[in-house]
Amino acid sequence: MKAVCWMGKEDVRVLNVPDPKILNERDAIIKITRTAICGSDLHLYNGYIPSMMQGDILGHEFMGEVVETGKGVSNLKQGDKVVVPFTIACGNCFFCQHEMYSVCDNSNPKPEGQETAYGFAGSGLFGFSHLMGGFAGGQAEYARVPFADVGPIKVPDSIEDEKVLFLSDIFPTGFMAAENCNIQEGDTVAIWGAGPVGQFATKSAFMLGAEKVILIDHYQDRLDFAKANNENVETINFDDTEVHDKLKDLTGGRGPDSCIDAVGLESHGTTPDAILDRVKAAVFLATDRPHALRQAIFCVRKGGTVSIPGAYGGFMDKFPIGAAFNKGLTFKMGQTHMQAYMPKLLAAVEEGKIDPSFVISHRLDLSEAPTAYDSFNNLKNDWRKVVLKP
Amino acid sequence: MKQNQEKSITDILTNMNTNVSPTERVVSATAGGALLAYGIKRGDTFGILLSIVGGGLALRGATGHCQVYDAMDIDKGEAPTNKRLANKKSATYQNGLLSGKVHVKKSLTINKSQAELYAFWRNFENLPKFMAHLESVKTTDGNKSHWVAKAPMGTTVEWDAEITSEQENERIGWKSLEGADIPNSGVVEFKPTTNRGTEVKVTLTYEAPGGALGAMFAKLFGEEPSQQVYGDLYRFKSLMESGEVISVEGQSSGREPQAKKAAA
Ligand SMILES: NC(=O)c1ccc[n+]([C@@H]2O[C@H](COP(=O)([O-])OP(=O)(O)OC[C@H]3O[C@@H](n4cnc5c(N)ncnc54)[C@H](O)[C@@H]3O)[C@@H](O)[C@H]2O)c1
Ligand SMILES: [Zn+2]
Ligand SMILES: [Zn+2]
Repeated sequence: MKAVCWMGKEDVRVLNVPDPKILNERDAIIKITRTAICGSDLHLYNGYIPSMMQGDILGHEFMGEVVETGKGVSNLKQGDKVVVPFTIACGNCFFCQHEMYSVCDNSNPKPEGQETAYGFAGSGLFGFSHLMGGFAGGQAEYARVPFADVGPIKVPDSIEDEKVLFLSDIFPTGFMAAENCNIQEGDTVAIWGAGPVGQFATKSAFMLGAEKVILIDHYQDRLDFAKANNENVETINFDDTEVHDKLKDLTGGRGPDSCIDAVGLESHGTTPDAILDRVKAAVFLATDRPHALRQAIFCVRKGGTVSIPGAYGGFMDKFPIGAAFNKGLTFKMGQTHMQAYMPKLLAAVEEGKIDPSFVISHRLDLSEAPTAYDSFNNLKNDWRKVVLKP
Repeated sequence: MKQNQEKSITDILTNMNTNVSPTERVVSATAGGALLAYGIKRGDTFGILLSIVGGGLALRGATGHCQVYDAMDIDKGEAPTNKRLANKKSATYQNGLLSGKVHVKKSLTINKSQAELYAFWRNFENLPKFMAHLESVKTTDGNKSHWVAKAPMGTTVEWDAEITSEQENERIGWKSLEGADIPNSGVVEFKPTTNRGTEVKVTLTYEAPGGALGAMFAKLFGEEPSQQVYGDLYRFKSLMESGEVISVEGQSSGREPQAKKAAA
C-alpha cells in the first residue's frame, strides 16, 4: 500500500510499504477513505518531537471502512464506516473507566520512555513517535487499529466523509479545550492560535455558552476566516498589536475569563523571550518554545483558567509560576480524551448544529503529501487544513 | 531568586539560582546538548531517553539548576563535601556482572478483583503468558512445578519449584528446589483497594552467581532485573485488564526492505 513516511526533518515521502496485519485480537484493519494533516504532524515534520524513526508511517486523523476484524472485536463488521480517534485506549483500565482515555494504562507498548521522561506513560497514539507507542499512522491506504472495539465510532453511510473526519481529533480537541474553561454566562475566552484547533475551540466555546471569543494569531487570513465564520469574534494580530493591552481593552480592563493555548510548542513571536526560546531550542538548551503559553498565563484574569490543547513534549523554560500562583489560576491540559467526546459531537453533526468541514482549505491526493506538508507548514494564510484522499 | 527579566542568555545564566557547581554546569551543558542531539538523531526508544535526559542536562548546565538534585535534596553548589546516596543493594557488580542476592520488589494496581488475579497467577502454567523469560511452567503435583526459561542461543535453563506459603486470594510464595542453577524465590501479594482495583506486589529474590553463570544470569534477567520484573508485572496488568498485551511488533513501516518510492 501507499503510506506517508517520516524520513527526517522536513522530509516526508510517499512509499510503497507492506499492508498492515492484525497483530492483536482486538485489532481491526481499516481501508482509509479520508485522512488529514494536523498541526501536531508539523511538530514531527519540524523535528521537535524526539523518538521518531526514519520510515515511521505518519497520520492520526483518519476514517474509512472496516475490512477485517480480530477475534476480539464483535461490535464492528466488514463494510462498517468508521472514524478512528487518534488516542488508542483499552476501555478497561481505571483511566478509561473514568473517561481519561488519553492516559490509558494499556495502550502504549513502550511505556518505559514516558515513564522515564514523565513519571508515568500516557496512551498510545497513531503515527506520533515511539514515545507514544510507535504505532503506524493513518496517512496511508490501510491502517491497523488496536482496541477497535473501543476506539472507532460507526457513522451512517449517508453522511459525507468530510463532515465527520474531524471527529478523529481536532473537533473533540477544540471542544475539550473549551469545556476545560468551565465557561459561565457572560464569559470572554481568549484563544491563541487560529489554526484548525483554534477554529474548533472558537466554535466550541460558543457552543458552550461563551459570550465573546478573542482570537490571536499573526496570519490575518486565518483570523479573518474565524471572523467570517462566527458572530462575536474579535481578533488580534500580534505582529502589529500589543496583545496584553489589547485584551484588557476588549474586556473592560478585566482580562479574559479563560485563555486557550491552541499553539503548542512551536510558538512564534518577536518578543525577547520568544527569540531566546528559539535560540535555545536550536542549540538544544531547551525543547519547547512556550511564548504563547506564557502570554496566556500573563493575560488571563485573576482566578481564571488556562486551557492547553497545544502540544508540549519536554521542558518549559521560565514558567511564570508567580503570575499563575498569585492570580490563583486553574490549569487544564492534555491529549484529548477522544472516546469521551465522539458520540455527542457526532450527534451535534447529525443534528446539523455544526458542519466541521468548514475548516478545510485544500483537498489533495495522498501521493501529494510532501507538497501538502510543506505548504501547510509554510503558507499558513492559505493552507488552513488539508485533507488527503488515498 | 533574583528578578527574572528578559535579558541576554548570560544575564539569565548569572541570575539563576544555582545548585550545580560551575564545572558540572559546563559538563552538563555540553553533554546534555550532545545527548539531546544524538538522542533525537537516534530516534528509537533509547534515543528518546537520551534526548529528554539530554534536554534536562542541557537545561541544568545552562541554568546551573538540577531538578534531580532538588528532588534528592542534594546541594553541590556550596557544600564542601559530596553527599552520595548509599547503595542499598546487597548484590554487587563484579567485572560488570551482578553477583550475590538480588532483591526486586515491584507494585502495580490492577483494575480487577483480588480473586480473579489470584486465580490466574495461582495457575503457574499461566506465568509464561506475561513473564518474558519463561518458556513454560508445568504443574507436576499440587504444590510442585517445573519451570523452563529461555536462555541465549536457543538453549534453556530448567528448575523445579514448590509453593512455600499460600493464603487464598491474598498471597502466594514459591521457591526453587535444591539443585537449581540460579536459586530463586518469589512472593506475590494481592491487596484490595476501596475503588481502584487490586494492588499487586511482587518480590523476587535471585542468587546471582558470578562467573560464567553470572553472564547467563545477565542474559536471562537483563542487566537490570528490576526492569524485567516490572515489565512482567506490566504485561500481567494489561493481560488481566484488557485481555491482551498490545504490540507493534510486525507492523508496517517504510523501513521494510521492499519499501520503495511510490509512483505518484
Ligand atoms: N491536545 C491534543 O490532543 C491536540 C490535538 C490536536 C492538535 N494539538 C495541538 O494543537 C496545536 C495547534 O494545532 P493546529 O492544527 O491548529 O496547528 P497549526 O500549526 O495549523 O496552528 C497553530 C497556529 O498558532 C499560531 N501561532 C504561532 N505562534 C503564536 C503566538 N505566539 N500567538 C498566537 N498564535 C500563534 C500559528 O500562526 C498558527 O496559525 C498544535 O500544538 C497541535 O499539536 C493538540
Ligand atoms: Zn492531531
Ligand atoms: Zn485503558
